[in-house]
Parts: sequence; C-alpha cells; structure tokens
Amino acid sequence: MSAAAEIVFEHVTKRYAGRDAAAVDDLSFEIPAGTFCVLVGPSGGGKTTALKMVNRLVPFDSGEIRIDGRSVRDIPVVELRRGIGYVIQQVGLFPHMTVGDNIGTVPRLLGWSKARIRDRIAELLELVGLEAADAKRYPAQLSGGQRQRVGLARALAADPPLLLMDEPFGALDPITRFRLQTELRRLHHEVGKTVIFVTHDVDEAIQMGDRIAILREGGVLAQYDTPDAILAHPADDFVARFVGEDRALRRLALRTLADAPLEPCTDSSRAPRAPQTTTLRNAVSLMVESGADRVVVVGPDGGESGMLRLQKIEDLL
Amino acid sequence: MTHLAAGPVIIPNYGQGSSCVTGNHTFCWGWVHDHWGDTLQPALVQHIVLTVIAVGIGFALAFALALLAHRLRRVEHPIGIAAALLYTMPSLALFQVLVPFTGLTRTTVEIPLVAYTLVILFPNIVAGLRSAPDEVLEAARGMGLTRRQLLWRVELPLAVPAIVGGLRIAVVSTIAIATIASFVIEQGLGYPIFYAVKLPTPFKTEIYSAGILAIALALASDALLVGLRRLLVPWARKGLA
Repeated sequence: MSAAAEIVFEHVTKRYAGRDAAAVDDLSFEIPAGTFCVLVGPSGGGKTTALKMVNRLVPFDSGEIRIDGRSVRDIPVVELRRGIGYVIQQVGLFPHMTVGDNIGTVPRLLGWSKARIRDRIAELLELVGLEAADAKRYPAQLSGGQRQRVGLARALAADPPLLLMDEPFGALDPITRFRLQTELRRLHHEVGKTVIFVTHDVDEAIQMGDRIAILREGGVLAQYDTPDAILAHPADDFVARFVGEDRALRRLALRTLADAPLEPCTDSSRAPRAPQTTTLRNAVSLMVESGADRVVVVGPDGGESGMLRLQKIEDLL
Repeated sequence: MTHLAAGPVIIPNYGQGSSCVTGNHTFCWGWVHDHWGDTLQPALVQHIVLTVIAVGIGFALAFALALLAHRLRRVEHPIGIAAALLYTMPSLALFQVLVPFTGLTRTTVEIPLVAYTLVILFPNIVAGLRSAPDEVLEAARGMGLTRRQLLWRVELPLAVPAIVGGLRIAVVSTIAIATIASFVIEQGLGYPIFYAVKLPTPFKTEIYSAGILAIALALASDALLVGLRRLLVPWARKGLA
C-alpha cells in the first residue's frame, strides 16, 4: 500500500430521494497525495455526503471519484473500505471489544498474523498517546478524548493511504479538542497520509488544513485553495462572510515572528518583547496593547534577534 | 395434626409407615429420604430433560426466526403475532388436539412447551440484534466488514445481554409449565404432585417436596444463567467498575 493517495472528484452529483435540491452538485476538485484537505461549510453544504461518497457509504448519481486514478466504483466495496481509514464524531468503538481488539479490527479482516497485529497495536497506542496497558481496557472505561484516540488508531491500523474524518473532534471539550488537533497535525506530518477532514468550524479548518474546500448550501464548491489564499482573496461574498470579518487577523495567526522580515533593533526601549514562536496576530495584539509600533523578537537562545514594525506587517497582508 | 408429641418422631430413618406419613403431617423428612431414589430424583432429572429439550429447540427456532426477521424486517410482525397466538392456546386443550397425532409421548408435551418459549425468546433476540448503536454499525461498515461479519462479530455479541435475559424468563417459566406434562406422561416433577393429589387423601409431603424441588430448580437455573451472562459479557461489567 502506498503511503498516500491522490483523490480526484470529477463532476460528482448526488440527489437524495424525495428532495429537489442536490446534496452535492457537480463537485470537481483534486487533492494531491499527502494533502490534509478540510471540507468546511454550513449545514446542508453536503460536506459529510461528499466524504461518505469516497468510501461508498453514500452512493453518488453521476460523476467519478478516483483514488490514484482508479474509480471507487471499480474497486469491490469491502476492499475499498479496508484500504481507507474512517473516523466519525461519535467514534463508534465496538463496546464488547477491548481497545486492542478494536484497533486490530481491519488487520484481522485482512488476515494479518497474530504477532504482527499485536506489534501494530502497541505501535499505534504509542503513536496516538495512549498507554500500552490501555490495550486491555474496554471503551466504557475511557474518556471521550481517549476514545477518539482509539478511533484514530483503529483507522490507521492497516496503514491506509487515505484517512476520512467526519467532524472527529466535534463532541470533545475545547481543551481536549485543541490537544487532539495539535497532535493530529503532528501525526499527519509523521505518517504523511492524504486526509479528508470534515468540519463546520472555520477556525478548525484554517488551523488544520493544507487546503480548504468551502461548500455552500446545495453542495456547490464555493472555493478551494490554501487557507492563506482563501483569507487573502475570498472568491465571493459568501466565502468572505463565512471566513469572517477578521480574516486579516486570521491570516496573521497562520504565521509566526520567525517567518517575518526582521530589522536590526532601533529605538526599541519601550517596545514589547516576544519569542519568535509568537504568531503575527499575537504580536499585533501586543503592540496595540502597549501602544508601541514595533515588537522585539527574542530568539530561542534568549537574545534579541531583531525587531518587527507594525508597518511591515501591513505590507505582508 | 401437628401437635408437640409428633416432634421427636419427625426424624429420618423411620421411613415408610411412620406416624408422620400415616398421619399425613405437613412435611415428613423420612418420606423424602426414603423416596428420593425411586420418586423425587428421577422426576427431577426428567423435569430437567423436559426443560432442556423445550428451551433448546425453542431457542434454535427463535434464533433462526430472529435472524430471518433481522434480515427481512417485514416478516418480524407476522412471526411475532404467530408466536403470541400460540401462547394464548391453553396447553390442556392443545394436548387433546395433539394426542391423536403424537400419542401419549414426550413429543406431545414438548410441542406446547417449545411454542411458549418462542413468544419470549423471539422478540428478545430480535431486540438484541437491533441494539447495536448506529455509530457502531456505521464505523463497522466504514471499515469494510461484510454483512455476515457485521452480524457475527458485532450485532450478535452486543445482543448477548438481551438473549440471556430472554433465556432466563424462558427457562424459569418452562420449569413451571413443564409440571403439566403429567397430564400426558408419567414424567417430571408434576407427576408426583399429580399422583399425590389424586389419592383419596392428598399426600402433603409428596406435593410439597416436588413443588419445592421445582422452585429450587428454577432458582438454580436462573443463577446459572446470571453467571453465564457475567462470563459472556465482561465488557458491560468492567464498564461499570
């Protein structure tokens, strides 16, 4: 199995029986291999429908979805699904199986040896930040965050080149959610799979996505681009409203002082100091708060590595 | 009848013809001791056999019908109604209908007993198979389980608590109902009761001892099934811990 798969939607349309409006309307876009792609939009935008068409939990009426060039309709459905990791909001762990047996589900279906499955379970528990002893516990004994970690481990078990995630963190408290978001980004960096991630939360989309597909009511693709490009150049009023009036600040939140053009420090005695890992958004906040027009950047060694003026930040936008 | 003078005499070993027995006192241990081997123990074993056959065949039938109803929803209702209709039939009347065909045999007794277990077991098994949460089924399908794997690896294990619950009711009620077998055959714990009742003076000790054995058998079987549930469903038990 390859490390990551390229996914292509070609004019995909889906109408549910008894409804006039399409759930997904002539959807076309390409997700390069290894990309973390977020589908975002208001409810009724067809994002979950679009996701479930990839593993054929929802059949589509016309068009084509290709994984590495192969139509999903040409792959036997059981084989297709065993090759795609699937994570849902309610997790759906098997209550009667231990954590270890839950994680080992797809490898067992694929006929891996017992020893190989055992090793893989241990490896995955560590990858998602659980204890080796957790393998023997039952889902009812876990917290919501731990359950979703198991859900993620289970989806990754057979090393699929594609991961489908349907609002995986939607039911978690904000702290657990933020921690899992951060870890999923790190994990994506490590395992390098293609991810399609559905959310209705635009903040989550901007934080997580390499690319964002914004779907509007009726399942129409409003814009598909990088978070920075969408914030800088919303395709229309709908996208502009959807990403928010504060899109300039959201763009600044995507970058840190380490990425900014620094100047040698001058006239900086009253300026606030900030480590170079600070986002540009927080740097602006510091300047507004202290009434200064510049911020002194402190490097990892604790020394001043330069300063950034407010004027320069405006030029970046 | 039970005056103080009888006290010291109600001791085993006096056996048949003791004043307790001849006086038909409330309960004579001596009689129980003397007739355990020739009356009570065989009746108990026959009763267990009657129950095991009824629940065994009833469970196999109910399970097959439940699998069918789980696959084809539209047959669930007709099967449920048919089982309920069988349940309304008085067993003595049913015996009258069956005897010309199946004679005075165990088969005649087992047919109504099996029918009665169906009305308990069928809906319990169907409800159990449906008890798997939607998100669990969606995750299972999304991971590429076939329909058969979904049934045997997910739906059926999750149905075990409901199935064992149904078995407990079926076993306990069958043990009680199986005493009527004595109307047809000289078997089961109903037979000593039937026999003692028909005597010119109903013999109390025989009636009580057989009745108590039936109750004890029901309680013991129920305890056994509770133990079975604990063994088969470790996930629910540990979840509460």
